[in-house]
Amino acid sequence: MKVLVAVKRVVDYNVKVRVKSDNTGVDIANVKMSMNPFDEIAIEEAVRLKEKGVATEVIAVSCGVAQCQETLRTAMAIGADRAILVQTDVELQPLAVAKLLKALMDKEQPGLVILGKQAIDDDCNQTGQMLAALADLPQGAFASKVEVDGQTLKVTREVDGGLETLAMSLPAVVTADLRLNEPRYVTLPNIMKAKKKQLDTLTPADLGVDVAPRLKTLKVSEPPKRGAGIKVPDVATLVDKLRNEAKVI
Amino acid sequence: MTSLVIAEHDNASIKGATLNTVTAALACGGDVHVLVAGANAGAAAAQAAQIAGVTKVIHADGAQFAHGLAENLAAQVLALAGAYSHILFPATAGGKNVAPRVAAKLDVAQISDITKVESADTFERPIYAGNAMAIVQSADATKVLTVRTTGFDAAAATGGSAAVETVGAAADSGKSSFVGSEIAKNDRPDLTAAKIVVSGGRALGSAEKFNEVMTPLADKLGAAIGASRAAVDAGYAANDLQVGQTGKIVAPQLYIAAGISGAIQHLAGMKDSKVIVAINKDPEAPIFSVADYGLEADLFTAVPELVAAL
Repeated sequence: MKVLVAVKRVVDYNVKVRVKSDNTGVDIANVKMSMNPFDEIAIEEAVRLKEKGVATEVIAVSCGVAQCQETLRTAMAIGADRAILVQTDVELQPLAVAKLLKALMDKEQPGLVILGKQAIDDDCNQTGQMLAALADLPQGAFASKVEVDGQTLKVTREVDGGLETLAMSLPAVVTADLRLNEPRYVTLPNIMKAKKKQLDTLTPADLGVDVAPRLKTLKVSEPPKRGAGIKVPDVATLVDKLRNEAKVI
Repeated sequence: MTSLVIAEHDNASIKGATLNTVTAALACGGDVHVLVAGANAGAAAAQAAQIAGVTKVIHADGAQFAHGLAENLAAQVLALAGAYSHILFPATAGGKNVAPRVAAKLDVAQISDITKVESADTFERPIYAGNAMAIVQSADATKVLTVRTTGFDAAAATGGSAAVETVGAAADSGKSSFVGSEIAKNDRPDLTAAKIVVSGGRALGSAEKFNEVMTPLADKLGAAIGASRAAVDAGYAANDLQVGQTGKIVAPQLYIAAGISGAIQHLAGMKDSKVIVAINKDPEAPIFSVADYGLEADLFTAVPELVAAL
């Protein structure tokens, strides 16, 4: 079974982004970029499935600018066998990415697709579910455990209040939550090996997909700042303030 | 112009997040209908009809809706979608699971986690863990939205008298099935709906200490318990208690953070709380920069003292 994994290049999670002074977006010039943390978990899960003998090949896919190649090399250093970049300078929104991935699914016929549940830049949490809909496949979103048993997939999902387990037929689409696994550290020999792995580049036109954005961002601004309050010297003062000043208890 | 709100419910009753979503739908303009798709969910549908501002409740019933499977619920929404300009889901685990499926099938963009309705086609939403707010405009015929419940007041649960219309249920997709669930049972209020939330961080040191210190405080205040990602990662608290960018977004009247340093991703989940109290022994902890009341103290002495003083 082939496993397809989608990875996104995003601003590193340690970077505190700044809104541009003209309010057109956030400033990402000269900012450290990394693989979306949830996608790292997705790749790790696919590689573990291969190590268990469930998956035969792990293909990493990224959609976006030429520099996404670096993200794909990281995916291959974790253990993906080969990679595909769908290269475009157009701002890609989740629906467009889902359509590109659907076109690649038709080409590659994977038995399972794994994505991160959410990208930490646009915080959309849409692409996996959209892909499942476009491909008419079952979905296991926000997965914390994945078990493949023949042609059946068992996914334990994080839901409000706890966990739920679903069974579904393969092929299927899974999105990774934070606790699906802990991604391995990439080692230098694996980084070197990844440089030699196959990386194919396509364009949206090659896949026959219109990626024009559907949403227009009119303005990006700083959120209202929350000022620091006061320090209280002891618990008694705290209780007094909560009772008589804030009146919340 | 009519909006359809997809109700979150447990078949017997409507969940609170539905009420905030109705408020967002009313802000879009036009009539507001509510879909209750469930198994023996007549009671939930009757309750939805009482929500102020709702003009019609659509009730679809069938065993295939018992566990809110995305494939089946999306099919039901799609069967009705043609009549609506806006389709709104609460941005809960359930809503986030289903909404993109509906949007993709309609070939429209989805707008996630809206915090404000600027006009019928323009919405505000947070990006980068709430470090920036974007105003986005949709040119699509149908707007599919998920609503961040902390951004909108709850509509009154009573006072309305909408008609309940029963519709045929969409067939079971047969693609997935429910195996089981582990839902933590307790008498505490729901984390995202609680008036008071007390959260513990990594400083608690162990699951035993987390319970020993945080539970009495929550009991005393009738509060929900939350946790930082560090505390959840360390195994001190259950996954679904995580407050932050990728966990629960809360905005209670009072948020007490004990032993939480205040990483950006945690602040993203609680900075809209009305009053924030931080208890931390590190005077430089970033949490103090958003706290209304900061107490620089060891939580192992300060929290029990607080419990005794309440």
